[in-house]
Amino acid sequence: MPESPTLAQRVLRHQLLWPVLALAVLLLVNVAVNTSFLDIRMQDGHLYGNVVDILRNSAPVMLVALGMTLVIATRGIDLSVGAIAAIAAAVACTRIINAGDEAALSTAVMAMTYAVVVCIVLGAWNGFLVSVLGIQPIIATLILMVAGRGISMAITDGQITTVNNPWFSDLASGFVLTLPLAFLVAVGMLLFTAALTRRTALGMLIESVGINPEASRLAGVRARTIIWTVYAFSGLCAGMAGLVIAANTNSVNANSLGLWIELDAILAVVIGGTSLMGGRFSLAGTFIGAIFIATLTRTIPNIGIPSEVNYLFKAVVVIAVCLLQSPKARGLLRVRRPGGPTPGAPTPVLAKAGSAA
Amino acid sequence: MSAVTVPTESTWDRVRTYRPPHRYLPIIATAALFIGLFGVGGLRYEGFSDPQVLLSLLIDNAFLIVLGVGMTFVILTGGIDLSVGSVVALSTMIAAKTLEMGWSPYASIGAVLATGTVLGLLMGLLIHYFDIQPFIATLAGLFLARGLTYLISVESISIKDPTFMDLAFRTLYIGDYYLRWTAVIALATVVVAAYVLARTRFGRTVYAIGGNEASAMLMGLRVAATKVGVYVISGFCASLAGLLFALYILSGNSLHAIGMELDAIAAVVIGGTLLTGGRGYVVGSLLGVLVLGIIKTLISFDGTLSSYWIRIITGLLLLAFVVVQRFATRRQA
Repeated sequence: MPESPTLAQRVLRHQLLWPVLALAVLLLVNVAVNTSFLDIRMQDGHLYGNVVDILRNSAPVMLVALGMTLVIATRGIDLSVGAIAAIAAAVACTRIINAGDEAALSTAVMAMTYAVVVCIVLGAWNGFLVSVLGIQPIIATLILMVAGRGISMAITDGQITTVNNPWFSDLASGFVLTLPLAFLVAVGMLLFTAALTRRTALGMLIESVGINPEASRLAGVRARTIIWTVYAFSGLCAGMAGLVIAANTNSVNANSLGLWIELDAILAVVIGGTSLMGGRFSLAGTFIGAIFIATLTRTIPNIGIPSEVNYLFKAVVVIAVCLLQSPKARGLLRVRRPGGPTPGAPTPVLAKAGSAA
Repeated sequence: MSAVTVPTESTWDRVRTYRPPHRYLPIIATAALFIGLFGVGGLRYEGFSDPQVLLSLLIDNAFLIVLGVGMTFVILTGGIDLSVGSVVALSTMIAAKTLEMGWSPYASIGAVLATGTVLGLLMGLLIHYFDIQPFIATLAGLFLARGLTYLISVESISIKDPTFMDLAFRTLYIGDYYLRWTAVIALATVVVAAYVLARTRFGRTVYAIGGNEASAMLMGLRVAATKVGVYVISGFCASLAGLLFALYILSGNSLHAIGMELDAIAAVVIGGTLLTGGRGYVVGSLLGVLVLGIIKTLISFDGTLSSYWIRIITGLLLLAFVVVQRFATRRQA
């Protein structure tokens, strides 16, 4: 019986409910351990505190996850983002070092522009493999994942390159309007992407490609171009993330920069409610997912566990979220608690037929 | 068919017109690549053509061979296992820690193998019974195993147990040349896996699932048990590879084997196994590992190339094989 849902029902059904609740629980745990966790103080005109740190630290994952959201929406995946981030950092740092005036603003801008362009090209290369050659996304991007760190080391000649440019380090540690610049950059990208996909038909076209590339091509959508663009965009985002990470330490270590960031990004996207089956995406969800991960990373040392163990917790979160998304697991729950069928959940048969194509 | 035409074909004609079956072509290509690389090395570098170089290739890559075997099973069903690198690290850590705690080496080996197998089982169950994509379930496995490794110890622990040392250095002499037992174990794994895939019901079901899972199900094959089984095998192989790696490097460390899953996948692909599943052989994966190994050997013999070229060349090889695979399958489809 269709009725207009009450406010409570709308809140309960909202797809962001669970991510937001999870984030709230995580913050509560922190506050329980450390009552001053949420305190924010003003110092030299900047905001300081755990929350501000979390926002700043969420920037790289948020950027990578932003590109990953669109890629996943086309039923793809981009494993190469960590390697692309390392390449971006390597390009930028070597450009800064080799520039005439290492500390100049123009040096930083040129180096970052250079790095970003390289990353867009690398992303487009992934897109070429996926859309033109028709290679599975996992494998197509695996190639750059394997080779990328080698390329990054070739650029830095295998050295940990340290740079000294105040403008470049501002990208990670700078503040604008009392907020960390890195976070503002990430949010800016997010808003830009949201406007582009939700104020134009682009978002719908991306989703249609994710649901069925062949059908959308027949319907007149230029599926190839869209897939290509989406991977190039993912490369751009990964490159920006790499720059933020490099700016944070003022150096690039080709082996460890952005290591496993692709996994964090996928996790952020999945937590945010974007289905790995493709076909729909939520940028707001990705935003919350990225903040959730940054908070989780902060929580673990805060409650007295060695910070390296965070992988264990991330694994638990991945499994929990996937089980929540899994139609079969939901089916098991539904037997015990009868109710209407979950709208939007693809049936396993359809999903499989789709993923085999 | 008239009897007249038959005698005109001599043995030479049969040899001359022999075409290997289509399904063996990828393996033959990989073998040719290996022989070519070995030939180039033999021509360019002093001492490269020594048979000991080949045996050392087996010794230095024993763990990767075992990983490749497990990965072959998974990829043949059309899945992927990203957790193996972390499971290797976890295995070295469990071995090192339990030995440090004074366990008997056999109990320690048992604990390592059991952990890997159980992890594989859990991932298989998630993948089959909850329809979670293999990629994401094994990603969770990657995180889980790495997290457990750090939980056991953040620092490196060295292995000093006499039984382990004995196993690590026990040598098999073939004339003037030698092979370590770890390499023998790896080769034995390849033989067992090749037998299982070629001659058992389980092996045929693996190929059937990779060919078309829905058809395999309709044919009444044991899809569930087999699909879970390949991840169990991969988990077991990863922990066995972890043991071999622990014997090779004689320490447990949470930073071991980062990115080794990529090497394993690359080896399987270069070995000619189709990433969409259904076609491939473990012998191909063995050859794939040897190709990757000989590139490393070439680079170390050369001395002017830096080690990062290994990754770049691996990536290029992966690209070449994936693209060729893609066109080969497109023509048949």
